[in-house]
Amino acid sequence: MRGLSWKGAILWGLLMVPAVVVANTDDMSADERAEKLAEQQKNQTQTRTEGLSGEAASIVERLATDDWQAINDVVEDLEALAAPETLPVLQALSDRRLYFDERGRVLIEDPATGEYSDALTGETAEVSPENLSQPTLTNAIRRGIRPLIGQLQLFSDDVATRRAGAEELADRPRPEMLGRLQELRAEESNPEVLRLLNIAIARLQLDASDPEERLEAVEVIAEVRSARMKSELETLMETDAQGDPVEPDAAVREAARDALEVIEARQRTARFLGDLVYGLSMGSVLLLAALGLAIIFGLMRVINMAHGELLMIGAYTTFMVQNLFAVMAPQWFSFYLLAAIPAAFVVTALVGILMERGVIRFLYARPLETLLATWGISLILMQTTRVIFGAQNVRVASPEWFSGSVQLMQGVSLSTSRVGVIAFAFFVVALVWFVMNRTRLGLEVRAVMQNREMAAALGVSANRVDMWTFGAGAGVAGLGGVALSQIVNVGPELGQNYIVDSFMVVVLGGVGNILGSVFSALGLGVFSKFLEPVAGAVLAKILLFVAIIVFIQWRPQGIFALKGRAGDDD
Amino acid sequence: MLMRQPFVMRLARLHSGFGWAVVLLLAAFALVVVPLLNQFLTPDSALYIPDWLVTLTGRFLCLALVALALDLIWGYTGILSLGHGAFFALGGYVMGMHLTHNRMEAGTIPNFIQFLGRDDWPWFWVPFQSFWFTAVMVFLVPGALALVFGFFAFRSRVRGVYFAIITQALTFASMLFFYRTETGFGGNTGLTDFRELLGFSVREADTRLVLFMLSAVAVLLSYLLCRYIVTSKLGRVLVAIRDAESRVRFTGYNPLRYKLFVWTVSAMLCGLAGALYVPQTGVINPGEMAPANSIEMAVWVALGGRGTLVGALVGAGTVNGLKTWITAAYPDLWLFVLGGLFIAVTLFLPKGVMGLREQITGRSKQ
Repeated sequence: MRGLSWKGAILWGLLMVPAVVVANTDDMSADERAEKLAEQQKNQTQTRTEGLSGEAASIVERLATDDWQAINDVVEDLEALAAPETLPVLQALSDRRLYFDERGRVLIEDPATGEYSDALTGETAEVSPENLSQPTLTNAIRRGIRPLIGQLQLFSDDVATRRAGAEELADRPRPEMLGRLQELRAEESNPEVLRLLNIAIARLQLDASDPEERLEAVEVIAEVRSARMKSELETLMETDAQGDPVEPDAAVREAARDALEVIEARQRTARFLGDLVYGLSMGSVLLLAALGLAIIFGLMRVINMAHGELLMIGAYTTFMVQNLFAVMAPQWFSFYLLAAIPAAFVVTALVGILMERGVIRFLYARPLETLLATWGISLILMQTTRVIFGAQNVRVASPEWFSGSVQLMQGVSLSTSRVGVIAFAFFVVALVWFVMNRTRLGLEVRAVMQNREMAAALGVSANRVDMWTFGAGAGVAGLGGVALSQIVNVGPELGQNYIVDSFMVVVLGGVGNILGSVFSALGLGVFSKFLEPVAGAVLAKILLFVAIIVFIQWRPQGIFALKGRAGDDD
Repeated sequence: MLMRQPFVMRLARLHSGFGWAVVLLLAAFALVVVPLLNQFLTPDSALYIPDWLVTLTGRFLCLALVALALDLIWGYTGILSLGHGAFFALGGYVMGMHLTHNRMEAGTIPNFIQFLGRDDWPWFWVPFQSFWFTAVMVFLVPGALALVFGFFAFRSRVRGVYFAIITQALTFASMLFFYRTETGFGGNTGLTDFRELLGFSVREADTRLVLFMLSAVAVLLSYLLCRYIVTSKLGRVLVAIRDAESRVRFTGYNPLRYKLFVWTVSAMLCGLAGALYVPQTGVINPGEMAPANSIEMAVWVALGGRGTLVGALVGAGTVNGLKTWITAAYPDLWLFVLGGLFIAVTLFLPKGVMGLREQITGRSKQ
């Protein structure tokens, strides 16, 4: 534990915060964006009108028809009317929740309750489903409806609804909306909605005939640095079949080139930070997998080849706790993961203590034979699991609050499990630090590991400390298992995939140095993430192993060697 | 004194008279009796040795050869290698490449190379068309890897459990490397569907019998070679390195050279074992490089007794015999047995089966 200050760890934590914050949704692929948008729009859907009157009512009435051309006319009229109160009707039409019955009533289905409401009155209507039919839609009509919905959403008082509308228009604005969008922009107060409106307007202005207006559009794009306008800018830079530039005005071309550079620089930064965060989360997984071993192998020098199986037991305990919650307390089900943490710790710690008392304590003087004996234990644990739970993977469901993504600030979101793993890794490291440095047990552990005879002479029961240390290391491995159960498939062979990686982490970090393992795990995660695009995932892993093997030759003590004379144990 | 005597005399001193008698008896059994019983008796005879048993024993002999190599490095030099599975598989791949050449019509290439978008053999495949090149490479490929790896590891004085762990990483990395289809060795299917070797069909029982006899000869010669090494002056230095490496260094020896020599020899023997193993099983794939296999090899040696050579052969035979029987009869039980074996041997049989007598008599003396 000597050699490096814990301030370093805190520094790493602080370094990560901006990285997490900057990763931006702007660089999501078009598919991801469309998916998210559809979800957002769905969430912002009103399922019934507040009653329509006058012109709106007379237009909506005309939806009760099979004739797609008539429907097209209706949509065009609604567009000309641009009345926000018709929004539920349009959304229902777009989502195929709009029906009409034999009496010519236009009805909207509420997908949550299955009830129908009359579009004109907004009241629940009694209907017999066999009498319902749906207005005929063509794809062209559906495509036309979506920007219309977006535009109408912009009139809402609710920021989220306006945002959903602006999001739609930023991708697919219609030229005739330009004037209205500019009016709305003048009134908009929310910065995110404003940003999206600017993009939508810029997209339209790029096609304007006045070079001034095009220049303004390009400048707006440069200002919002939106990656989604990249292809439009690239088009401006191209030349047409005759070799003339697509964009006749030199100033606009110049501005477009600058804007493109700004956007690309931002994209590079975003990609870099995204990779960094992703690498850190991979590193955190490695760290959680290896931390228990850093105690058992690092401090106690026990080659625990059954370490992977301790991870597996942690993951299976999570599975059991999940099932227990499903049966005993379904209303608390989403919190089973919190209960699994102490449960996994206790179960694996008990297994570890059993291993230590039963086998390992007889082999402390013979490290190579410990390797073989613990391998034997690992085979038995694996086969026992197979006999009890079957050879197939078991299903561990992530609770809802752990799937999905967290919105850290406007326009920035990250998947919860990714953040969760990083946070959990830091929690476990902090826990280990606390136990090792702030408790009686930690003090005794450090004493026994540094000088066994001296500690024993001063009244520490070295034998008991061995047991508790091994148990604690195993328990920490169990915590790693909880984390792994949320990320990878839980099966009897789960641990086998992590055993070599875990040893690499500990050896690279310097045996006996827990903080070294923290750094080597995070470093390996980040390093392999950056290597992956260059070499491919498998080759990256091979290269990493080769690099570690070479590194060990050069510095057998690991990155963070303990100061002082390391024992030349023969 | 040992150095001066003629080679034949030196060879004769490898064993006592009784020891030589046993060795020659076993050799005669494998090379004369087994072929005779297999060829000239009918299946209804009680002493008939069926073809499958010949092939099975031939495979066991190859594995015993690996155990022998591992005992040389672990039992005598104190270096536990978890990389012998990789050396074994490399020897197997070298032979597999030659056999793959043999099964292809002239001018055609296997599918797994076609899938890489090529219409000819990659450069590293071409020379394996020659049997003699292959025969040399069986030793050179694992030997070269061991030499380079060992040089750097031993020079940095990586030893004990650290060496075991980085050899395991080496094995794991090689396995990943061979699993990649782009590497050009057939990905996870590996190399298979072999037809002939030197014009003989590897599927014929007669060829299998010859391969069995070749394996027996290989084990016999390797055993004598190992015995020669461990009874030589060099062997004494190896044991000294095992027991107190620092003292060996302080008395003026450079352990690097001794370790490197024996490590490389050990890897080459593994390569030979792999090359003989592959035509008898008919397949080589990256699964052979799984870290678990290499660790299993260690238990063969530990069960038989480290530092005895004979123990390695006995251990390999016993464990693999058990494995064949139990995985067929009680498949769910095998890992319990193997795991229990690991624990029992380390806890109760530190000197293995060969040290059992010593262990018992030693206790009764107390």
